[in-house]
Amino acid sequence: MIRIVLPQHLRTLARVNGEVVLKVEGPVTQRSVLDVLEATYPTLRGTIRDHVTQQRRAFIRFFACEQDLSLESPDARLPDAVAIGEEPFLVVGAMAGG
Amino acid sequence: MSGVRVLVGTRKGAFVLTSDGKRERWDVSGPHFAGWEIFHVKGSPVDQNRLYASQSSGWFGQLIQRSNDGGKTWEPVGNKFTYEGVPGTHLWYDGTQHPWEFKRVWHLEPSLTDSDTVYAGAEDAALFRSADGGQTWEELSGLRTHSSGPRWQPGAGGMCLHTIVLDPSDPKRIYIAISAAGVFRTDDAGKTWRPVNHGLKSGSIPDPTADVGHCVHRIAMHPSRPNVLFMQKHWDIMRSDDAGESWREVSGNLPTDFGFPIDVHAHEPETIYVVPIKSDSEHFVPDGKLRVYRSRTGGNEWEALTKGLPQTDCYVNVLRDAMAVDSLDECGVYFGTTGGQVYASANAGDSWAPIVRDLPAIFSVEVQTLP
Repeated sequence: MIRIVLPQHLRTLARVNGEVVLKVEGPVTQRSVLDVLEATYPTLRGTIRDHVTQQRRAFIRFFACEQDLSLESPDARLPDAVAIGEEPFLVVGAMAGG
Repeated sequence: MSGVRVLVGTRKGAFVLTSDGKRERWDVSGPHFAGWEIFHVKGSPVDQNRLYASQSSGWFGQLIQRSNDGGKTWEPVGNKFTYEGVPGTHLWYDGTQHPWEFKRVWHLEPSLTDSDTVYAGAEDAALFRSADGGQTWEELSGLRTHSSGPRWQPGAGGMCLHTIVLDPSDPKRIYIAISAAGVFRTDDAGKTWRPVNHGLKSGSIPDPTADVGHCVHRIAMHPSRPNVLFMQKHWDIMRSDDAGESWREVSGNLPTDFGFPIDVHAHEPETIYVVPIKSDSEHFVPDGKLRVYRSRTGGNEWEALTKGLPQTDCYVNVLRDAMAVDSLDECGVYFGTTGGQVYASANAGDSWAPIVRDLPAIFSVEVQTLP
């Protein structure tokens, strides 16, 4: 099972509390995780990545295992610790303000 | 007893203000969608419990919310706004061509005849329509692909389609306004469009009387006289008596004719309201005084309405969609400020009182008159 931590606004939108836990078939990548996430919570479509291009929105970051994976290929495998559920996959709103 | 529901969009959420027909005591609910920018909330004239809201965020993009119970509960509907075909380019601030990119929905205009049909005005400028209650959106691309499109350019707030006016006497006629392109009209339900800006003069563009390029801030119509339009342009209050074919200035004795909103009294089609703003470089009311100006003659002759409004040390703005009227026997007028106040007048503007004082900066105010 894959653990996903969403930013507060997206938890509210998806009407979930805490982590989201999803079963992902096949290779665990950004794309496969987000495909399952959006299929499970359709209201999240377009909020993390573009509807058409599927590119990550500019101010969204992906973190896991204390690494910034945002610029990795969406088809690159996520760390094993994410794939086996030891560590969560974090969807983060980029820091802004001041 | 009749009542009023005021729908308020702010920089950090939506609020619903309700009162009975006296409009003295108000119930405030919200924030709905706390933390999100709510550019516009508007109800269907066919079903007053059907509301649509444009919710957006720099992080998470655009959402559309729909309510079927007058704003008590909401559900997100479709948010896929895709330009039809290859989007092409428009004029950028530096004079180069720039690709069309969807950013947000500024304005939602529910159909006059079908609660499931709603129009959305977008930045970068385009008009979308949903016929299924907001679940799916289709671009009326004849507007964006007009031959003048490459000459449209963004105003300071972006290249937004911010005004949609539906003609109650002709379901195929729609007016829209874009900053900074001007007013366009369709007479075939959105298939084809043409600019209707003859008579506008804008000193900030190379050809002041060009057919497109004007920074129109808002247009308004009284439903009993659909050929008469009023306009708050960047500078100038304008009027058309021929469905936009020609415009003439009616700024008259206003202290400044820069501003954003313009609206028409519910029962007096020659009575109009504006809120003069000091200038395009100082976006606040002149002299620290918040004054609505009313003309009972369709323009040119204006009177300041000040009773109940702050007349010292006030430096707020009133944005283009942040004024509305109710249709009770004595017309109510409402507006919201960038300082977070919503003011209401239950006597056509003669006197005012705040409904709320400390909301986030207000983007939009719409009013529903309830049976």
